[in-house]
Amino acid sequence: MPLLSRRMKDKMVKYVCLLLSAIAIVPLFWIISTVVINGISILSWEFLTSLPAPYGEVGGGIGNAIYGTLIINALASLWGIPVGVMTGIYLAEYDKDSRLGNVVRSIVESLAGVPSIVFGVFAYSLIVLTMRHYTAIAGAFALGLMMIPLVAKASEESMKVVSNDLREAAIALGIPKWLRTIKVVLSIAKGGVLTGSLLAFARISGETAPLLFTALFSFYWPYSIDQPMATLQVLIYNYAVSGFGNWVLKAWGASLILVMIVVSINIAVRYLTKKKYSGCE
Amino acid sequence: MIMPYKLEIDGLSAWFDQKQVLKKISMKIPDKSVIALIGPSGCGKSTLIRCLNRMHELIPGARVEGRVLLDNVDIYDQKVDAMEVRRKIGMVFQKPNPFPNMSIVDNVVAGLKLSGKKNKKDLMSIAEYRLKSVGLWDEVKDELKKSGASISGGQQQRLCIARALAMEPDIILMDEPTSALDPASTAKLEELVQKLKSEITVMIITHNVGQAARVSDYTAFIYLGELIEFGETKQIFESPKNPLTERYITGRFG
Repeated sequence: MPLLSRRMKDKMVKYVCLLLSAIAIVPLFWIISTVVINGISILSWEFLTSLPAPYGEVGGGIGNAIYGTLIINALASLWGIPVGVMTGIYLAEYDKDSRLGNVVRSIVESLAGVPSIVFGVFAYSLIVLTMRHYTAIAGAFALGLMMIPLVAKASEESMKVVSNDLREAAIALGIPKWLRTIKVVLSIAKGGVLTGSLLAFARISGETAPLLFTALFSFYWPYSIDQPMATLQVLIYNYAVSGFGNWVLKAWGASLILVMIVVSINIAVRYLTKKKYSGCE
Repeated sequence: MIMPYKLEIDGLSAWFDQKQVLKKISMKIPDKSVIALIGPSGCGKSTLIRCLNRMHELIPGARVEGRVLLDNVDIYDQKVDAMEVRRKIGMVFQKPNPFPNMSIVDNVVAGLKLSGKKNKKDLMSIAEYRLKSVGLWDEVKDELKKSGASISGGQQQRLCIARALAMEPDIILMDEPTSALDPASTAKLEELVQKLKSEITVMIITHNVGQAARVSDYTAFIYLGELIEFGETKQIFESPKNPLTERYITGRFG
């Protein structure tokens, strides 16, 4: 009975896919549940808002690290996102098929594949060695650099799917190219651009290696971006390998906060991509 | 015919790379009339109208020769800005293409807004006037803030005409504007084209010979990049001079 066997094959493939997806999802839940189970007990207002206590003293928190991560991420986004979006515009609207465009595109793509520690070493040699001290600026520089290829690719892709009919409509109205690009193409693609930017933000929120060489760490509240600055990532790294029970517990707590930041960004992305107007076919 | 010519096409040739798609076309187009362009697919009709608003040259490898005089000014003159030409010669496309990121009202005034006209009250009254002139106002007046892409295909096409009209062009070029529409929407659009000629000149490409006969004052038959015959629609349909024209309109080829 060929018909039945075809149906059975169909079902089999479906269940194999389901099983393999489950295998892919299990570790994710495993990680999240481990982080929640180990980290939740330490969460308190004090933990979130105070400075780290020296070893041996009770109490203390990760307030400066949360603050520091947000500052460094914001600084990184401040230059990484605009440069990324402009690169995406260039690749999608100005030199889509030219040789220079293809060269830029392959450079951007290779940049996405560079290990994060290399960005750290680069920022270290460029900024830290020049300024002769660790600084949050170098950290933001390294993380911003990592955002560029992610934002550029997302922007390019979301502008490429904007129907060419709409570009022609704008041309026929005598609207100059830069305005067409901003008010028509970019405006229609903005959901994708925003999504890409948020995902890049989430991505750098977990990067530790570039910060070890640059922003390093501090036991104080951030007071200048020209100084070393605490971040959640480096705090987790320091505390987790310290071997002191209390610090390890704090590393779990900090991990939970970091996971919550990243997950809430991802939920925001989900929400934002249900956008009102869509120009994509 | 003693009447002013709005547009004079003089020895217009066009190429895509090495391939010549238009061969020395010359036409004199009177003001406030409807001109139908007919001919088999690939004959160069679309290229011809794209030469008239300088959109042909945007395609890599495309080239144009000859003159196109709008009110006696060559639109291909060095001193003429292509953007300016496109504001005077509007275009409506085969597939309705309202901007999906803009509301219905913003679609109508998109061209004005993006070329610097900002007064909100003026823009609103222009939008209302143009939506009324394409017969869309009553259909959309309660949902003016909705996306331009949320209305039906026929309504979208009329919205695109309103958008082109808002620029106050001298000529509107239409590239098979009804090919994606249902019969009722097509009838409405044909009626609108008839109405428009009291204000401006309309050049309309159509694959539907009946449509050409219904809406146009003049008809041009184009074949393999050449203008075979151009004259009053009545004459073209009743006593075509060229046997090719006759064969085409009677449906024997094309």
